[in-house]
Amino acid sequence: MTRPHIELKNVQKSFGPKHVLNGLDLSVMRGRSMVVIGGSGTGKSVMLKCILGLLRPESGSIYIDGDDVTGMKGRRRDEVLQHFGMLFQGGALFDSLPVWANVAFGLMQGKSMKRDAAREIAIDKLAQVGLGPDVGELYPAELSGGMQKRVGLARAIADNPDIIFFDEPTTGLDPIMADVINNLIVDCVKRLGATTISITHDMASARKIADDIAMIYKGKIIWQGSADEIDDSGNDYVEQFINGRADGPIEMEILKP
Amino acid sequence: MNFLAQIGSVVLALIAEVGRVSLFAKDAILRMVMPPFYGRQLLAQMMRIGYYSLPVVGLTAFFTGGVLALQIFIGGSRFNAENLVSSIVALGITRELGPVLAGLMVAGRVSAAIAAELGTMRVTEQIDALVTLSTNPFKYLVAPRILAAVITMPLLVVVADTIGIMGGFIVGTESLGFNSGAYLKNTVDFLQLADITSGLIKSAVFGFIIALMGCYHGFNSRGGAQGVGRATTNAVVSASILILTTNYLMTSLLFSG
Repeated sequence: MTRPHIELKNVQKSFGPKHVLNGLDLSVMRGRSMVVIGGSGTGKSVMLKCILGLLRPESGSIYIDGDDVTGMKGRRRDEVLQHFGMLFQGGALFDSLPVWANVAFGLMQGKSMKRDAAREIAIDKLAQVGLGPDVGELYPAELSGGMQKRVGLARAIADNPDIIFFDEPTTGLDPIMADVINNLIVDCVKRLGATTISITHDMASARKIADDIAMIYKGKIIWQGSADEIDDSGNDYVEQFINGRADGPIEMEILKP
Repeated sequence: MNFLAQIGSVVLALIAEVGRVSLFAKDAILRMVMPPFYGRQLLAQMMRIGYYSLPVVGLTAFFTGGVLALQIFIGGSRFNAENLVSSIVALGITRELGPVLAGLMVAGRVSAAIAAELGTMRVTEQIDALVTLSTNPFKYLVAPRILAAVITMPLLVVVADTIGIMGGFIVGTESLGFNSGAYLKNTVDFLQLADITSGLIKSAVFGFIIALMGCYHGFNSRGGAQGVGRATTNAVVSASILILTTNYLMTSLLFSG
């Protein structure tokens, strides 16, 4: 059996008394698109940040290509991060830079590519997400939410990464723009052959972009399977989530009136 | 008992904060001396921190020099020491008031701006995005700001010294009736190189404090607009207090021999 591209083993992370990740196990095979679904505050974002090394788990291990990256620092961490791209929930575009410089940022700063060469790649990547070269001259604040997401996607794929993370790629978009983004994600990932982890609570998006789906609840993966198995998972939690019912085993922390 | 516990927890929190700031400063200095260097960022920050602070520093210095001349004249006339005006103005401005007042004005302007900018970048995940684009945020954001402040503060203080002495000169000759040639000769004869260099050394340290406090509080801001506001206030207050206390310590060290 081949080893997974990304593997998390028994990862624990807490903030003060609050246990956010509670022994989380997840493995993603190379070239697969894994979608992690789950409600707000179940630890989805924290999981991604642990893999990126932005947060350090208290215990457990994270492997990329079989290498333990859990406590990695400095130059070796930088090398690992070169293989990553990420689309942030709010876009996280640098508002002091024009759009093209945002897309070319990783090439210019991370890989010290010349400005002109990086700019050409940026314009090409913008075209891949359906944005013309004139958009490259604008600043992020001048763009609509959907355009910001697309620029964020162009930035995430600019350096042809092996691994791409999508943090709630369709949140806050209208259904049509959400579908445009989903299509772009599917296209871009196919073109690059990258391994991806997406976190979302938008089931339409999950069905569209997923090869595999895992459900996270209270900091643990409670169900994992391929995307076509999701409708007959036989798991009450998954059933409740994908059908969006307020009643079921998942209890929201809401005080009953 | 409760009262003692309260004192204890305040002291512990203070020590922990000092430790965190020291580690942050250590990281920043290490990153400053290791490649890659972001020259474009450094130049941009020197413009923002140094050049654009000229008007406010110049105005402060001018009126401080003027009011100093006025007060020394009034006070000195009580024991026939009016002719000390030029030398005390020169000494006061170069040794203390130039660096300290420039430091405080720049702290208000620059610490706040840095904290607000980096704080907003933190809460909108732009700092996390830097990491995913293979760019170390310490190198890209913190190091250029600290370096720019350390370089430009002494230059600002040279300007402040000149304008401050000129303020005293104008008040002295125009309203207090000093002979302009004699006033200038007194100033030049009395001033020693050490008076000026001590002020410049101080101002470089103040520059470090100003940028460090802005970066530290901005970097660690949490929780949206309110968090950024709090970071901005803390940056200005802590920079100002540190400037005043280190100024005392440095004066006692520099002039102890």
